[in-house]
Amino acid sequence: MSDPRPTIGIVTFPGSNDDGDAALALEQLGADARPVWHAEQELPDDTAAVVLPGGFSYGDYLRCGAIARFAPVMQAVARFADDGGLVLGICNGFQVLCEAGLLPGALRPNASLEFVCRDVTLRVERTTTPFTTRVEPGQALTIPIKHGEGCYFADDRLLGELERNDQVVLRYEQSPNGSVGAIAGVVNERGNVFGLMPHPEHAVDPLLGSGSTDGALILGSLVDAARERVLTAA
Amino acid sequence: MKATILVRPKPGILDPQGEAVQSSLRQLGFHVAEARVGRVIDLELDDGDGESARAELERACEQLLANPLIESYEIALDG
Repeated sequence: MSDPRPTIGIVTFPGSNDDGDAALALEQLGADARPVWHAEQELPDDTAAVVLPGGFSYGDYLRCGAIARFAPVMQAVARFADDGGLVLGICNGFQVLCEAGLLPGALRPNASLEFVCRDVTLRVERTTTPFTTRVEPGQALTIPIKHGEGCYFADDRLLGELERNDQVVLRYEQSPNGSVGAIAGVVNERGNVFGLMPHPEHAVDPLLGSGSTDGALILGSLVDAARERVLTAA
Repeated sequence: MKATILVRPKPGILDPQGEAVQSSLRQLGFHVAEARVGRVIDLELDDGDGESARAELERACEQLLANPLIESYEIALDG
């Protein structure tokens, strides 16, 4: 594995539950995964990327992600993103980023009203983001989802904007939750903040789930980009 | 002073909860063409004048209580 191991901060909110899996997956892919508690005011000094993991932060009270957005660490995350830092939000992390205004759109209860927990096939629409460089254009990925509120919503105006700016990174082959445009993941306009409902961290170790390791393509891309940042800064 | 805030899914926004409620009501024999489910938030405010309280509540709705992209809100002040 090529050095250095970039530091990737993994934020734990009260109610986060995929922080451990995210850390394990990123460690396996060559990063130094550093836990960051939600009450921290600052990110670790050498942070090269930040992950907001899945779970049910603050019990999903009010709306998913609505309260987590006000955690002290989120101000540091917003500053980090503003400076061009790489931020990845997975599932609940995606909801938090939308509520915080770091990503466009909102996530609503699934159209079926059911919690869906299964592998889905994803189409990668853009391979030029720091989160998708390891993916071949047009490649289909198999990655699990597990959520009750993953129905992505953007009004017509916003949707047009996302399509024009090429901000839709992932789409479901078949929408499992009623998302507009079958959208599974979007980046901000600058391309340094990415949120997705599927869980790449659950598809890295072949011993987990269905055995797909396609999640490593996304998290591995993030590790590559984070390492690049460390090397550039050095 | 008391305040009641009604938060509703905006028209046109898919409301699966409302659909489930509507279909359950119909199964019970109620003649319901549509149901939408929102949220009520009751607040007890520090004393102050109504106008500034309303302005403050609007900020509270925009910042936290509602997500303006998908929800509308109504503020009712009492007392």
